Amino acid sequence: MNASPAVRRQDPDRDPGLQPERTRLAWRRTTLSGTVVAVLAVKTVLHGGASAAGVTAGALCCVLWLGFLSVAHRRIRTLAATPSPVAFAPRHAAAAVLCTVAMAVCGAALVL
Amino acid sequence: MIEFVRNVRLWFVPAEVREDGETPDYRFSLANERTFLAWLRTALALIGGGFAVDQFLPDLRWAWRVGLALALLGAGVLCSLRAVNHWVRCERAMRRGEDLPVSRFPALLSLVVAVVAVAMVLVVLVGWEG
Repeated sequence: MNASPAVRRQDPDRDPGLQPERTRLAWRRTTLSGTVVAVLAVKTVLHGGASAAGVTAGALCCVLWLGFLSVAHRRIRTLAATPSPVAFAPRHAAAAVLCTVAMAVCGAALVL
Repeated sequence: MIEFVRNVRLWFVPAEVREDGETPDYRFSLANERTFLAWLRTALALIGGGFAVDQFLPDLRWAWRVGLALALLGAGVLCSLRAVNHWVRCERAMRRGEDLPVSRFPALLSLVVAVVAVAMVLVVLVGWEG
């Protein structure tokens, strides 16, 4: 509230709450969490003596991570394109969740 | 359950969400998206925890280790499915100008995490003695 009007009115298109930026960073954090899971999956495969099924599950985890990355990348590009971006599409939300669930299924296959 | 199936259909038919009501302020949609992502991170953390239990507790008996790992992985799956379901419900409520949906899930998840934590303490203590 105390910011001088001159500073506040510098760029009328910019959201003073930085919502798109915060959302972009949330996507980054989530991708990072997915990366940790993928790395742990690869570690499990390497530790487990690299059977054919294990290697397949590990490779699938990496592919799923790439899928998640592409969803995140697309969303980040949309967020950056306009000052007031359109809402997230349910199809992409479902795709992101599908990648997560499939990673868990691969994990179950690796653990058993 | 029927409500859930109806919501699942909405995940894949975005046009139906867009036809409902009016488009809310984009900031509300972005806030909803961030909440969804926070839940997804929780799910990923649970899944990562499942891998970690399997990898970093090799001295645990097989049944305990696999049981805990599968429980964590299952919790992660539930959490991520619930994340997208709740996101769709919130998005629709905002478009229709209704109250946001309430949920028992956070309380349920905290209880499960507490139970798993207590189980881990017991496992470590028993493992110590045995």
